[in-house]
Amino acid sequence: MASLSEEVLLVLKKVRQRKQDGTLYLMAERIAWGPEGKDRFSVSHLYADIRCQKISPDGKSKIQLQLVLHTGDSTAFHFSNDSTALKDRDAAKELLQQLLPKFKKKANKELEEKNRMLQEDPVLFQLYKDLVVSQVISTDEFWANRLGDTNNSDSSLSNNKQEVGISGAFLADIRPQTDGCNGLRYNLTADIIESIFRTYPAVKQKYNENVPHELTEKEFWTRFFQSHYFHRDRINTGTQDIFSECGKQDEIGLKSMVVQGVKNPLVDLLSLEDKTLDEGYGVCTTMPSTSNRTVKDSSNSAIIKRFNHHSAMVLAAGLGKGETAGDPASETSCTDGNSRDSDLFQPPVKKVKLQEAIEYEDLKKEKKPKTIALNLKKSDRYAHGPVPLQSQHYSTSQDIINSLNYIRHEMVNYKPNLTQVLCSTTASSAIAALSPGGVLMQAATQQAINQMVPTDVQGELKHLYAAAGELLRHFWSCFPVNTPFLEEKVTKMKSNLERFQVSKLCPFQEKVQRQYLSANLTGHLEQMLQTAYSKFHVWQTRRMLRKT
Amino acid sequence: MKLNIDGLLVYFPYDYIYPEQYSYMLELKRTLDAKGHGVLEMPSGTGKTISLLSLIVAYQKAFPLEVTKLIYCSRTVPEIEKVVEELRKLMEYYSKQTGESNNFLALALSSRKNLCIHPEVSALRFGKEVDGKCHTLTASYIRAQRHSDSSVPVCRFYEDFDAVGRQVPLPAGIYNLDDLKDFGRRKGWCPYYLARYSLLHANIVVYSYHYLLDPKIADLVSKELSKNSVVVFDEAHNIDNVCIDSMSVNISRRTLDRCQANVDTLQNTIQNIKETDANKLNMEYRRLVEGLKEANVARETDVYLANPVLPDEILREAVPGSIRTAEHFVRFLKRFLEYLKSRLRVHHVVQESTPQFLKDIFDKVCIDRKPLRFCAERLQSLLRTLEIADIADFSAITLISNFATLVSTYSQGFTIIIEPFEDRTPTIANPVLHFSCMDPSIAIKPVFQRFQSVIITSGTLSPLDIYPKILDFRPVTMASFTMTLARTCLCPLIVGRGNDQVALSSKFETREDFAVIRNYGNLLLEMSAVVPDGIVAFFTSYVYMENIVASWYEQGILENIQRNKLIFIETPDAAETSMALEKYQEACENGRGAILLSVARGKVSEGIDFVHHFGRAVIMFGVPYVYTQSRILKARLEYLRDQFQVRENDFLTFDAMRHAAQCVGRVIRGKTDYGLMIFADKRYARADKRGKLPRWIQEHITDGSLNLTVDEAVQLSKHFLRQMAQPFRQEDQLGLSLLTLEQLESEEMLKKISQIAHQS
Repeated sequence: MASLSEEVLLVLKKVRQRKQDGTLYLMAERIAWGPEGKDRFSVSHLYADIRCQKISPDGKSKIQLQLVLHTGDSTAFHFSNDSTALKDRDAAKELLQQLLPKFKKKANKELEEKNRMLQEDPVLFQLYKDLVVSQVISTDEFWANRLGDTNNSDSSLSNNKQEVGISGAFLADIRPQTDGCNGLRYNLTADIIESIFRTYPAVKQKYNENVPHELTEKEFWTRFFQSHYFHRDRINTGTQDIFSECGKQDEIGLKSMVVQGVKNPLVDLLSLEDKTLDEGYGVCTTMPSTSNRTVKDSSNSAIIKRFNHHSAMVLAAGLGKGETAGDPASETSCTDGNSRDSDLFQPPVKKVKLQEAIEYEDLKKEKKPKTIALNLKKSDRYAHGPVPLQSQHYSTSQDIINSLNYIRHEMVNYKPNLTQVLCSTTASSAIAALSPGGVLMQAATQQAINQMVPTDVQGELKHLYAAAGELLRHFWSCFPVNTPFLEEKVTKMKSNLERFQVSKLCPFQEKVQRQYLSANLTGHLEQMLQTAYSKFHVWQTRRMLRKT
Repeated sequence: MKLNIDGLLVYFPYDYIYPEQYSYMLELKRTLDAKGHGVLEMPSGTGKTISLLSLIVAYQKAFPLEVTKLIYCSRTVPEIEKVVEELRKLMEYYSKQTGESNNFLALALSSRKNLCIHPEVSALRFGKEVDGKCHTLTASYIRAQRHSDSSVPVCRFYEDFDAVGRQVPLPAGIYNLDDLKDFGRRKGWCPYYLARYSLLHANIVVYSYHYLLDPKIADLVSKELSKNSVVVFDEAHNIDNVCIDSMSVNISRRTLDRCQANVDTLQNTIQNIKETDANKLNMEYRRLVEGLKEANVARETDVYLANPVLPDEILREAVPGSIRTAEHFVRFLKRFLEYLKSRLRVHHVVQESTPQFLKDIFDKVCIDRKPLRFCAERLQSLLRTLEIADIADFSAITLISNFATLVSTYSQGFTIIIEPFEDRTPTIANPVLHFSCMDPSIAIKPVFQRFQSVIITSGTLSPLDIYPKILDFRPVTMASFTMTLARTCLCPLIVGRGNDQVALSSKFETREDFAVIRNYGNLLLEMSAVVPDGIVAFFTSYVYMENIVASWYEQGILENIQRNKLIFIETPDAAETSMALEKYQEACENGRGAILLSVARGKVSEGIDFVHHFGRAVIMFGVPYVYTQSRILKARLEYLRDQFQVRENDFLTFDAMRHAAQCVGRVIRGKTDYGLMIFADKRYARADKRGKLPRWIQEHITDGSLNLTVDEAVQLSKHFLRQMAQPFRQEDQLGLSLLTLEQLESEEMLKKISQIAHQS
């Protein structure tokens, strides 16, 4: 299994597993552990199989790292090197933290893809049930060349796959939990972190600036959750808060969005009013001036601002980067050119929106192309459809008269040749043999299989055919057998076929016989299997010969 | 289709018609025939505008001498543009049907900000800046200076318009704001002045209320409009407030400081002119002796729309001698200013009537009533003489002089309140003198008097009888139309209790109650899980919304709502709100769904429609009563009680309910649309509140949905939404809420239609 070319990313000595000292290896695709002094790994997990890692709390005397697999099993490693245990563990953790999401995504993506394929293709799903669920072949074998095809054909599709948006409530999902000793714990997943980065680019920038040179990742997030930035309703206290800058940047972003204005003139509240009253006129509505607003008021308005900003950012992140990249360009073209340009740009949107606004769709006649109602005098003639004309050869009336004359002439001269007719008994038996159900008509009953066989049997037969076809496809795809891998596979496929015959085909045959249906329903299937077996035998004997 | 409305041939640019549109046109026709005023309420989204336009245009074509002009007033710029687009559709239909080319001239007028094409001026962001800059380029004396000194900048568009634009009238056609700009660009003429000039001979004018109701603007723009016009105030449910706003003045210490600066400038300018060009001042003096005769003649011969700031009496007289010379007038202003300053130095709230104020001013600084009256007119004249271009700079002194004229002209309908500080911050001195109009009929009176028919219409005008009362006019028709529906596409629910049976209400005593706030949050949360796409929620005031949002945030309710929908919130800043609004629509559009938290009486509640998926539910948290502690409001209520016999509570409820109806009505914009209307306050269940909702909403409130819990409301909503989501085709409506011409003409249908209009 272990190929030598594997890249080893990290080696940690003095790691105990099941009270046995050993060495932990982190490789490109898997994590492995081997007991001391031995040359093999007794534990080896692919990263894709790992669901998550857990670490022992900081204060504990035992420094451990636990891996939980998708299957639910878990493996714990105990770092026992006194001096560097903590460092070792953290190194392993950090590396795993970087590696796992990559594989997780891949695993998820594959699973999703498989799931999708099964859902979209009922035949495939049935096949899957027949072969995999009944353990004729393993899942991997089943998917082995399926996914290969799809990856090739759909690669263009999967490349520009639709980007998944962000849940509006991702911040709500980070519920703090009390850890029992006067502290709060936030559980962050890679998804949430990505959501935060996509929604608040300023935070991402901070992250890139500070992690890992200034702060560890953990410290960074701790500070994030403590910051005024995260808790907008708290009033800014500390100036050393690295996120205060983010707040400012957000504000700038919000402002630039506001300055950009809106494209739809119907929602532009600024240009709604035509003629505002001059200053000093009008019934004075006491506007709370900004200077004497209380602290509470301003924190409230900060919350409101934050919600608007958050929703706008979530929306923008969902729409993808294309838009945001396009925006500055359009903006510059508007502000650089003088107002006349912007006027020229504006009307189309405006006109469309105005037209939309005054549209009464139900007052108008529907503008569908008018269809002519079909008026049938003889509906049966319509139902049977026109008779094809191509084979008919029209004859002139002269021809018809001629042929009629000819026939009449023939009939006049007709003389039965009585010496050469059959005797009446043979004739009647011949008729019996040729009528439906007779001896000679046996072959023709094939087409009546759908009437003779009950539908459930038919369905089963169909599934059997599909399954057998699938297996045979695997089998025949091994030829010519020119690699050891193929050799292995072909033997396995042969046994699969045999297993199929035993576990699926034979019960079916028995069932058919029990129902007294003609046994040759499965004849063709067996024939196909036999062909495969004989091919296998030929191949095997030839190989034996070559070996000896 | 061609309709026969009571003997009038009306072209209607659609193949089908709603029954209520037909009924509406009938009522409208009656009003026009009687040459009287009308109050008509028809639900939004039932094609009110096109019905109005179709009938009035037909009337104009049939009786060109009786109705020469349609003046269509709407509230916002997009509304104005929509009206013009509908008109364009109608006119296209006319020319298609009759084969004649259109000979109507229709145009929209808006402020300079929306019409200016001067590259530098139009780049300015605020209306005031644009106006000011325009003045500096087009004022008559600047242009006169240019003759001698060609380096003085002028606006070439205005120059070109002035040179040739007036000779050829604007060719017939439909001109929206953008069309005017295009036309202006092509010809090189100023679209704003072109439009203003063309108002006089246009058949249809579409502009905002202010051009007719605000005396300062009306005097400039709408003075000479023909008497035989039909005036339509669309979306008129707030018209009384517009009237009052246009006549009210607030003077703060800052205004007075700026005024002082203005007076100083005036003084210096006068001094300068005296030294260089004394003749000019003499000329002015002579003109003032002549009096305002011209204006008087014009008004008597009924050429001009009366200006409520310019009372009739003063037109008959010459400007009194005491303020006739420029210096005397400036000194007079100074005295008046000092007096106002002394009044603002109070330490307690003062409220007095205008006669009291006049008496006090006479006692203290010996200013008579008469010169005060001429103040506004005299200042205008002086500013003209002194060749002051930037009127914006002199807004403070103009304000004061307008105040002087108003206060000395009207002994009734106004009140003066001097507050030394704001109620919320009693320690910070910020004295303000509120001169507030309490009688909306003053501003609108000239309109009713001058024009033969004035139509007041909106989707929400209930209760109808209050408008004639507070605007003081006699309508010949008052009608409320219901919405005929093939399916009940609106679902008003009154949620009066939380799931824990706590009574939900925004009333003052329980406003801070935690349980109420939590239940409100719960309602929104549950709704966000049930309603597809957009939800709009309205709060009674901005402060209330801020508090609720903050406590929802603390309780984690907002986070849970975010799992279902994105949240956008209206802020006091219009630009920020616009952005939020656009993002909200975007989120509704792309299927994520969103919630907009907004404020009743705010800009969103008044000007933005939430059609189809932009609003599937509206939640009205509380009853949007106006802030009742304000002294101005109290004075107004008192006045209403004394003068119009409107009880205080009736008016307050009326005002709250019209705003609630406005908010809630935003969600239904047509018969194919559907939406939930959730009134989250138990007080809505009371008959006095419910009865003031528009009839088309009221009739769908069942007795069973008067006091629901949150859960019950959610159940009903689910049911309603599931029903509404079924496909709805034209055939389903046909014959019920949508008629073909044949169906319309059937005897039975005509009988049904006669029941749609609910006279009151």
